[in-house]
Amino acid sequence: MWTWFHKLASPPHAYRILGRIAPWFGWSSLALILLATWWGLVRAPADYQQGDGFRILYVHAPSAWMSMFTYVVMAVAAAVGLVWRIKLAHAAAAACAPIGASFTFLALATGSIWGKPMWGTWWVWDARLTSELLLLFLYLGYMALRASFDDPQRADRASAVLAIVGVINVPIIHYSVEWWTTLHQPASVTKLDKPSIQIAMLIPLFIMMAGFQLYFGWAISRRLRGEILRRERNAGWLKEAS
Amino acid sequence: MIRTPIREAAKLVFTRDLTLAWRRWDEVAQPLIFYVVVTTMFPLATTPDMSALREISGGVVWVAALLASLLALEALFRADVEDGTMEQWVLSGQPLGWLLLAKVAAHWVLTGLPLVVMSPIVGTGLGLPYDAWGVLMLSLLLGTGTLSVLGGIGAALTVGVRRGSVLLSLLVLPLAMPLLIFGARAVGMQMDGDSPAGPLQLLAAIFFMALSLGPIAMSAAIRISVEN
Repeated sequence: MWTWFHKLASPPHAYRILGRIAPWFGWSSLALILLATWWGLVRAPADYQQGDGFRILYVHAPSAWMSMFTYVVMAVAAAVGLVWRIKLAHAAAAACAPIGASFTFLALATGSIWGKPMWGTWWVWDARLTSELLLLFLYLGYMALRASFDDPQRADRASAVLAIVGVINVPIIHYSVEWWTTLHQPASVTKLDKPSIQIAMLIPLFIMMAGFQLYFGWAISRRLRGEILRRERNAGWLKEAS
Repeated sequence: MIRTPIREAAKLVFTRDLTLAWRRWDEVAQPLIFYVVVTTMFPLATTPDMSALREISGGVVWVAALLASLLALEALFRADVEDGTMEQWVLSGQPLGWLLLAKVAAHWVLTGLPLVVMSPIVGTGLGLPYDAWGVLMLSLLLGTGTLSVLGGIGAALTVGVRRGSVLLSLLVLPLAMPLLIFGARAVGMQMDGDSPAGPLQLLAAIFFMALSLGPIAMSAAIRISVEN
C-alpha cells in the first residue's frame, strides 16, 4: 500500500493520472450542473414567499459550501506536506487557494444579489455573509504570503503553517460572528428555513452540489497539473514525456 | 555541555528584551502615541457630540488598540533574525517555543500593557462611562495578550519577506476578528447594564488556546524562516 502511495506522490505519475481523470471530472460536472440548472430553474416550484428569487440558492449554497470545503482540503494538504514533506501535497494546497477564493467570491456575490430583492439592500451584516467575507480575507492572506517568497519551498512551508493556524480559527471566527449578530440584533432577516424546504426544491440543490464537487475535482486536477509543470520545469521526465 | 535550564533561559530572554527596549524607549512609545492619535480621529471624522461618541467608544478603543499593537509587531523578530541570534536559539537545543513565548511576553509588556493602562483615559475622552473601565481593561488585557501570540505567528512567518508589515496585517487581522467582536461586545454589554461575563470568558478561552498552541506554530514558523 505504501509503495502505491509513494508512487502516487511522485510528480510524473501524478501528472499522468491527473491528466487521465480530469476529463471524467470535467464532463460529469458539466452534465450535472446543466441538469441541476434546468431542474432548478424550470422544474422546481417557486417559493411561496420569495417567488422565483430564491432560485439563486442553487448557485449560492453550493459555492458557500465549496468555499469552506476547499479551505479544509487546502489545510489538510498543507499539513500532509508539512509533516511528511510531500511536495505534491504542497502543490495541491497551492492549487486549492485560488479555487477556494473564487468559490468564496461567488458565494458573496450571489449572496448580495440575492439580498437586494429579499432584504432590500446589497449587503447586510448577517452572520453568514460576514464570516464568508472573513474567509475570503483568509484566502487572500494565504495567497499573498505564498506570493511574497522567492524560494518555492519556503513559500510552501510558511503558507502551510498559516493554513493550519487558519483552519483552527475558522470555527472560532464563524461562531464569534454568529454570536455577534445574535447579540447585536434580533434575527430580523428572513432566512430560508432549512428543514422546512420542500423536497422538490432540495433535489436540484443536491445535484448542483455534486456538480460543484466534481467541478472542484476538475479544477484541482488541471491546476495541480499546471503547478507540477511549473515546479518540475527542469526535470528530466518532462523532456522525455514531451 | 551544560545547558541552562529553560526557566533561566526564558528569563534571560525576557530581561534582555526589556533592557534593550528601555534603551530605545522612544520606539516603545510610538505605538502608544499612534493609539492616541487614531482615537482622536474618530470625533473629528464623525461628531464631537459626547452621547453619540459614547455609543461607539468601546469599538473605537478596541480597533485603535488592535491597530496600534499590530504596528509594533513587525519588528518583533526582525533584529534577532538578521543578526543571527535566532539561528543560535534554534541550534541551542532549548525548546524554541518557550524562548519565543518569553520574547512575546516581553513584547506584550512593552506594547500591550501600556495600551491597556492608557485605555481608560482614551475611552473617557470618547465618553466611555467610568463603570465600564474595568471591563474595557480586562477585555483588552486578554485581547492584547492573544493578539501578541497571533501576531508572533504572523511575524515569524513574514520575517524573511520584503515589505512584511502590510502582509503581516493582512494575515493577522482576519484571525483577530473574534477578539474584536468579543472585546467590543463585552464593553458594550457593560454599558447597557448587562453582565459582560459571557464575552469575557470567551476571550479568556481564546487567550489560553493561543497561549498553549501558539508557541508550537511560532517555533515551526521561525524554523522555516531561519532555515536556508
